[in-house]
Amino acid sequence: MIRPSRDSILPGFRLATGYATTYLGLLVLLPLAAVAVTATSEGVGGFWSEVSKDRTLAAYRLSIVGALSAAAINATFGFIVAWALARYRFPGRGLLDALVDLPLALPTAVAGIALTAVYSQDHMLGRLLGKLGISVAYTNTGVLMAMLLVSLPFSVRIVMPVIEDLEPELEEAAASLGASAWTTFRTVVLPIVFPAILTGLALSFAKAVGEYGSIIFISSNMQGGSEIAPLLIMTRLEEHDEQAAASVAMGLLLLSLLVLLTVNALQAWSRRRHAA
Amino acid sequence: MTLMPDSASIPRTLPASAAHPRESPRARAHAAGTSGNGIVRALLIGLSALFLLVMVALPLLAVAAEAFRSGVGTLIEILKEPHVASAFGRTAVTAAIAVPLSIVFGIAAAWSIAKFEWRGKAVLAALIDLPLTVSPVIVGLSLVLLLGARGWLGPTLATVGIDVIFALPGIVLATAFVTVPLVARELIPLMESQSRHEEEAALSLGASGWSTFLRVTLPNIRWGLLYGSVLCAARAIGEFGAVWVVSGHISGQTETVPLLIESLYGEYRFDSAASLAALLVAFTIVSVGIRHALQARELHRRGGHH
Repeated sequence: MIRPSRDSILPGFRLATGYATTYLGLLVLLPLAAVAVTATSEGVGGFWSEVSKDRTLAAYRLSIVGALSAAAINATFGFIVAWALARYRFPGRGLLDALVDLPLALPTAVAGIALTAVYSQDHMLGRLLGKLGISVAYTNTGVLMAMLLVSLPFSVRIVMPVIEDLEPELEEAAASLGASAWTTFRTVVLPIVFPAILTGLALSFAKAVGEYGSIIFISSNMQGGSEIAPLLIMTRLEEHDEQAAASVAMGLLLLSLLVLLTVNALQAWSRRRHAA
Repeated sequence: MTLMPDSASIPRTLPASAAHPRESPRARAHAAGTSGNGIVRALLIGLSALFLLVMVALPLLAVAAEAFRSGVGTLIEILKEPHVASAFGRTAVTAAIAVPLSIVFGIAAAWSIAKFEWRGKAVLAALIDLPLTVSPVIVGLSLVLLLGARGWLGPTLATVGIDVIFALPGIVLATAFVTVPLVARELIPLMESQSRHEEEAALSLGASGWSTFLRVTLPNIRWGLLYGSVLCAARAIGEFGAVWVVSGHISGQTETVPLLIESLYGEYRFDSAASLAALLVAFTIVSVGIRHALQARELHRRGGHH
């Protein structure tokens, strides 16, 4: 496609760009800048001392480890779902396809209530699992379930188009050279799809690590073990300790950025290794 | 335009837009041929179905079951309570303001990014994704730090007599913040994949810029626009975390419907909470259904273009 040049005859560039950047700057960037500045309002030392408190570290641990686990589980199952939806035609496919989108459109508070409706001790699955000695509600398993639910769509929707775009000629060539289905999958399909799986993982992680609404219903929300980072931020704010709240928030953003950059690096490495 | 995910630009996470039909002849050929034997196929489909049914369908059915158990009577009783009615009103007003704002932004951003080449447009595109990756609580926090009583602009606002935090304007801002990317991410790939020839032809024939936009561009993007708007509205109605922080969740004054559900739950009024939640579930299902119907329709329309 011929790329449009800046000196095209299409009007409205300044208007559209100016409006978009101003809107974004005022609504999104300015408030976020306030977080950064408030976090360091008592200097980097103030930021650091808040972030290194035991309670903060415990919250980070729960949010990040939980989100990574949820992202990893979703990457695996999400890939299976994406494969099935992209490759196969079967009755009920449309329904499953729609189910994938539901968590993204669902209000998080509703998701939270729904999860307790299933997993708390006096309800359906919760009672069943309780007999097996597994408790979900008010435990960190429940936190994981909530994170799984809200980040599910990302791992499917990013991978599916890539699977759909796979050229049949590649797989047919491999088959004609004698490769088994598994070998073909491992050596031809997987390298192409892997970067997308990583992107899905990164987005799932980002969504789950900041998730609040769906988790607070099913978590026991106790500091030191079951308090997610967003809840801690909330608590500090309610204590009128803005510097603490901003510091915890800043720390969470930085840690998430670290994870995302790592995933990006993994992606770049994977692309170099399997460059077509 | 390739949909290959790139580390520099996070691709859309929503169902593939009308620009990328899923029922391609290739997919069909695949299904017939090289996708493994019957056992693998059955296993994969089975696993997928199990995963989705347990993770997604089951919780939603459980809420519906709870709501049905208490019956429609509970729902009607609940809706009669004054603070409930005001919550619905607040949610409606918030969505009515935030959604058009995000739509206008989405159109402006897409026009700028899709139709022109300029340095820094990748930065704009990346910044648009920012609200998606920031925790809703941090969104709320950022607005409180900026506009709250002890914030940067707080004192200034106070002297003018405007209450933003713990009031409706704050709720609207928080909702606008989180819905910023939704329409834009739908329109940008769509407009990028559409050539500019039609617009250029209209302009060369003497149409004004606005006329071109209204008569040429808008019809081309209408399904993506509708699509993104429905998702935007769903998000605006359902937003919890950011609104929770910004509103102070004062019953009867600054609660929206999702916050109301949480406070009912906290008061152990599980039946009422589940009834309201079921109402929102129904709304969500309808909105997802609309999006899928729009998409199927768009696929059908483009089916003859292969």
